[in-house]
Amino acid sequence: MNAFLNWIEQRIPMMRVANMHAIQYPAPRNMNFWYVFGFLATIVLVNQIVTGIWLTMNFNPTSEGAFFSVEYIMREVDFGWIIRYMHSTGASAFFIVVYAHMFRGMIYGSYQKPRELLWVFGMFIYLALMAEAFMGYVLPWGQMSYWGAQVIVSLFGAIPVIGPDLVIWIQGDYVISGATLNRFFALHVIALPLVIVILVFLHIIALHEVGSNNPDGVAIKHKKGSLPESEKTKYQIHEYYTSKYDIADDVVPFFPHIVLKDLVAFSVFLFVFCYIMFFAPEMGGKFLEHPNFEIANPLKTPEHIFPVWYFTPFYAILKAVPNKLMGVLAMFGAIAVLFALPWVDRGRVKSWRYRCGLHKVNLLVFAVVFVFLGYLGGTPQENWKIIASQVATVLYFGFFVALFLYSKNENTKPVPARIPK
Amino acid sequence: MRKIMLLLAFLVPGMAMAAGGNVHLDKAPVDLTDKASMQRGAKIFMNYCLGCHSMQYQRYQRTFTDLGIPDEIGQENLQFTGEKVTDYITRSMPEESAATWFGAAPPDLTLVNRVRGSDWIYTYLRSFYVDESRPFGVNNLVFKDVGMPHVLQPLQGTPRLAHEEVMIDGEQKEQYAGIKTDGDGALTPEEYDQAIADLVNFLAYSGEPFRLQSESIGKWVLAFIVVLFIFVYLLKKEYWKEVH
Amino acid sequence: MSNVSVDAKDSALNAPQQDNTRRRFLTVATSVVGAVGVAGAAVPFVTSWNPSAKAKAAGADIEVDISAIEPGQLIRVMWRSKPVWIVRRTPEVLEELATHEDQLRDPNSEAEQQPAFAQNRYRSMKDEYLILVGICTHLGCSPQYQKDGAFEEAVEGVPNGFFCPCHGSKFDMAGRVFQGVPAPLNLVVPPYQYVNDTTVIIGSEAEAV
Repeated sequence: MNAFLNWIEQRIPMMRVANMHAIQYPAPRNMNFWYVFGFLATIVLVNQIVTGIWLTMNFNPTSEGAFFSVEYIMREVDFGWIIRYMHSTGASAFFIVVYAHMFRGMIYGSYQKPRELLWVFGMFIYLALMAEAFMGYVLPWGQMSYWGAQVIVSLFGAIPVIGPDLVIWIQGDYVISGATLNRFFALHVIALPLVIVILVFLHIIALHEVGSNNPDGVAIKHKKGSLPESEKTKYQIHEYYTSKYDIADDVVPFFPHIVLKDLVAFSVFLFVFCYIMFFAPEMGGKFLEHPNFEIANPLKTPEHIFPVWYFTPFYAILKAVPNKLMGVLAMFGAIAVLFALPWVDRGRVKSWRYRCGLHKVNLLVFAVVFVFLGYLGGTPQENWKIIASQVATVLYFGFFVALFLYSKNENTKPVPARIPK
Repeated sequence: MRKIMLLLAFLVPGMAMAAGGNVHLDKAPVDLTDKASMQRGAKIFMNYCLGCHSMQYQRYQRTFTDLGIPDEIGQENLQFTGEKVTDYITRSMPEESAATWFGAAPPDLTLVNRVRGSDWIYTYLRSFYVDESRPFGVNNLVFKDVGMPHVLQPLQGTPRLAHEEVMIDGEQKEQYAGIKTDGDGALTPEEYDQAIADLVNFLAYSGEPFRLQSESIGKWVLAFIVVLFIFVYLLKKEYWKEVH
Repeated sequence: MSNVSVDAKDSALNAPQQDNTRRRFLTVATSVVGAVGVAGAAVPFVTSWNPSAKAKAAGADIEVDISAIEPGQLIRVMWRSKPVWIVRRTPEVLEELATHEDQLRDPNSEAEQQPAFAQNRYRSMKDEYLILVGICTHLGCSPQYQKDGAFEEAVEGVPNGFFCPCHGSKFDMAGRVFQGVPAPLNLVVPPYQYVNDTTVIIGSEAEAV
């Protein structure tokens, strides 16, 4: 057996890669619960891919057959309803863990030097995920699928000069139609998943190159020869890391320590996930919207149309601006500005634990504003909400402006050289 | 997590898509374990609704099995269209004439409970009233100017908006007092409410025929996850005790 | 090497100077519970490959009226999306069955290719009507019915039979396979029952009384 494994190892370095990235990778020992969401996102990604493959086996991507085939999966395929609910619940779960993962990055400064590219890859994953989710939501061909697609595709019509032609090109027809459904299906089941998997791969490679951040924002890798033997880690860490740096006694190996911690979080997550899946898969109309149980009808718009909950913050920004082009720009700007975060923040200190009080307030206000925008974008329009969403939009962008201004000469607390015991 | 919790706290009436939306809805007494009620509901559906509305995603046989009705008895008492027991529950009325008769084709009702909610259907079917200005002579408090005739009138009797004289501030005033029938229906008001409850129960079943199965599997899955959690947690503690 | 204490091989799993009994027990127990979980999660994915309610409805029993079949005629019906043949055999054809049994692979139908009631020379419930699944037991082509001497080209002295054009397998008028052809087994007889003299239900046998 050993000889066989050696034979393989000499030809393809499976164990070396596993050791380097999944077993003997040095992880800071103070990583708290905020650090489980990356692992959970990976799990949800696997869930979406596997259940997605199984749904494809019975889904019929035509405007005539799509709605029927979803009900066919739910009623006539053995346990098809479990697979479908795993996929639909997984879609929302994906955004929950990704939003938590991003917020973690923001409070602990995980986007700062040297992790700028790591953050940018993450943002690209988020962008691809939004496209993936949007196209996936069109596939059941219910009323919300149809009219949601109508509204979102129309956004491109705001682009000067080429807008109207672009919309028709995206639709492949003069309206959202079977042709649109077909191309969204192709993109949803193969093109975008492929892009996401590749981006996740790059995200992890970039992470392991620069190393994991932690709630104290303190480096665990030190210059070669700068640490006495007694302060180096007792754990077996892969040569790849130890040959370049002295690894402080602040780390644990990824396996089993971090994996076990992640598995604890995973079982808690799984409990909530399965509760929703088996007992409340519609989640009160948030995960599966009520009008989407009615087949798409191009002649009848539902009284209220909103995107699914995870898009509503950006939708609220769109609605807040009383000009079509400016609204679209504001909405895309809200996403684009996140890409720029590593350069907007000019601070040197990573974690909010050691940054100024204003920074903590700024982050918390940002989180509240984001949720509030989500509420505004997901409920019927009322007069007070127009003003409210304009204020919230200003506050959203205000976070970045303020951060840019105060981070230059910030009053920070001293950061310890090593992770505090 | 926090974000979604907050979002959910603001849960809004997604149901508001029907006309109006501001009408008070009565709570429908849905109980998916009450097979007798769903059987009675199925009977009302097949007799009064299936003429115009289909239930095209659901098969007769599945329905009979889930409701505890033997195939032969179901075919004799609930299947009037001469189709096979394995067929979908489709209406015989052609699509085009449906659209001409009612303005729009009567919607399929398999999933109506997931679109409207059981409270809405329960209230809607008890909210028809005589309104001579409408093509079918009836209107509805929940769905204003609905294009559907009151097919359950033989059961309910002729429903009219009732007003009563009340003293307000020493003045005699007319006040709306609900819907009263002429008493010409086959059922008493209580029996009619029960019949509608049965029908709603059946529609709740048809919207998600695996609901009970889902919950019974779900309990086992959750119990299993608790066991998994205990072991994983203990093992994690075991490995981490030397770290802290 | 920066490692001080641990042996390279089992370092990741076993930190030094620990009581390993509890650790080992918990590792095994967690792995077992995890494996049960994975197996459980696989169940819906595996069972979803079973025929769906739609396939089952399409594969339900079919009722065939056989009163109009002429002697020597073959009719084809679809059952579970497969061709099923119903042949009305003449007395001459029935007699012919006894004459070439030495050339057959399994003349007494010992392989379980038929319901118990058809394990006889005629491989049928009523001698006159042969009911077969018309799919060659070699690779699934549908053989041709060759009658009134046409089959002599395939097997000398046997005027009627079934010949598979794909790989040359030959079957007699009871669906029994001849020797020296690729098909290993006799043609399959589906379960069936007679409701009355002229109506047969294909797909299920009468329940034993």
